[in-house]
Amino acid sequence: MHPYRLVVVTAGLSQPSSTRLLADRLAEATRLAVEHPVELRVIELRDLATDVAKNMVTGFPSPTLADALDAVTRSDALIAVSPIFTASYSGLFKSFFDVLDNTALTGKPVLIAATGGTARHSLALEHALRPLFTYLRATVAPTAVYASSEDWASNGDTGLSRRVTRAAGELADLLLRRPAPAAVHDQQDRVVPFAEQLAAVRPA
Amino acid sequence: MQFGIFTVGDVTPDPTNGRAPSEHERIKAMVTLALKAEEVGLDVFATGEHHNPPFVPSSPTTMLGYIAARTERLILSTATTLITTNDPVKIAEDYAMLQHLADGRVDLMLGRGNTGPVYPWFGQDIRNGLSLAVENYALLHELWRTDVVDWEGRFRTPLQGFTATPRPLDGVPPFVWHGSIRTPEIAEQAAYYGDGFFANNIFWPKEHFIRLISLYRERYAHYGHGTAEQAYVGLGGQVFMRKNSQDAVREFRPYFDQAPVYGNGPSLEEFTEQTPLTVGSPQEVIDKTLIFREHFGDYQRQLFLMDHAGLPLKTVLEQLDLLGEEVIPVLRREFAANRPADVPDGPTHEFLVARAAADAASANAASANAAAANAAAADAAADTASVTASVTG
Repeated sequence: MHPYRLVVVTAGLSQPSSTRLLADRLAEATRLAVEHPVELRVIELRDLATDVAKNMVTGFPSPTLADALDAVTRSDALIAVSPIFTASYSGLFKSFFDVLDNTALTGKPVLIAATGGTARHSLALEHALRPLFTYLRATVAPTAVYASSEDWASNGDTGLSRRVTRAAGELADLLLRRPAPAAVHDQQDRVVPFAEQLAAVRPA
Repeated sequence: MQFGIFTVGDVTPDPTNGRAPSEHERIKAMVTLALKAEEVGLDVFATGEHHNPPFVPSSPTTMLGYIAARTERLILSTATTLITTNDPVKIAEDYAMLQHLADGRVDLMLGRGNTGPVYPWFGQDIRNGLSLAVENYALLHELWRTDVVDWEGRFRTPLQGFTATPRPLDGVPPFVWHGSIRTPEIAEQAAYYGDGFFANNIFWPKEHFIRLISLYRERYAHYGHGTAEQAYVGLGGQVFMRKNSQDAVREFRPYFDQAPVYGNGPSLEEFTEQTPLTVGSPQEVIDKTLIFREHFGDYQRQLFLMDHAGLPLKTVLEQLDLLGEEVIPVLRREFAANRPADVPDGPTHEFLVARAAADAASANAASANAAAANAAAADAAADTASVTASVTG
């Protein structure tokens, strides 16, 4: 069978970034939990920052950005990780999902995660990221993973490791239970026959 | 194949000196460009319709009527006429009147308009945009073809025994193009009626428009108007030329960088690579425009946007000279070469009159055949009856 297409979108800005570190751990844990071949693609939004801004201005993506949007659209599951800036997802993270077609994530298993300097902002996952993906009709895994500075400082079997494993297991379950991938893209050009369009405006 | 210009009619400050034309200057400039278009041998002038600043052309038929009186050959068109917020009864009347005054040199391009606040100013709601386009055009189509109309719909008061006056010139309504940049339903609408489809491709990459135009062509054939290759396709283009390519780039860059729609975004180089915009020598414009045929098939109308982003009138007039002298003659020759004989030219009033006459003749022939067949059937029935009568008798 074809490998599952797992795409990671990470919005960390520094290099290396703790956001990317968390994204990699989630991807690896998901790969282990799926127990089938997985084809992984990591999209660093930093590399696409100007392309995303240009798309907002012109209304169309550059070839590079189009390739990334296409990969997200065609993926079987998505891991989306943002740093928490000013009490919410980063502007770049939001902008990327703003320029993504609003049907691209319909029914898609998504794992959300975030990083921050302090654990006080962990609920940003629940009041910012989760509603964003719910709006896009994604199937969001129940466990969202937040990693703050102290999580990276602790060692061994910390809460973070357990959360990563649990969240990855949930994403794997959603992925494996999902029916054959819906041809979301092909539906875009479906034409409504004109007789139906006319009938829809006729008075009853 | 028809070549022309289309204008949005924006009042935009010239970014090189901050000066904006007055509304009066801009309106007069649009007329000057139309007259120049005819002078340099273009076929079409099309004006936008807008009801909000910074745009001036709110009343296209007034402007086009004035231009009609001062031109001889130019086809006068729109880009676009708002089929959503204008009353279709008024469109039917205004454009039929214009058609008479211009001796048939009129067609129009219908569009929905994408500015939400404009809709309620005309008693409508943008959320009904597509339904308005469907219903209003169905009515407009009928008003131009049926002398006395009884009609009822969702969006306007019913009509009982209504006749739109004047009737279209020579009984042939103006040709209609349906303009769209993203909506498959509009391509479907154009195909259903056998009308033209204008893809304003100037701001976006070609892949998107290849899908939209292929859909239109396929559905045009589906509805039996001809082959997919015979469907009526119009395309946009956007160019800035100087004899020397580097001069064109240097002069146009400040206008590009601050242009409404795409300014402060991608670089001029990126945008010219990804969209139909050409900034360079006349030869570069020719080369890029000829590629359109490879992407979209042989087509009927090519309109260029020449006068936006605050370019001064004098510069735009120079652009039209270059277009008319160096670009269009070559494009006419090249597009004519290898064009299949059964692909139609851009539609004109004369063509539509001839087509209507041919349709009427074939309809007459068909009804004569049908009458003959009926007569034969009646004879056969009579024979059967007499046989039956003789058997029973």
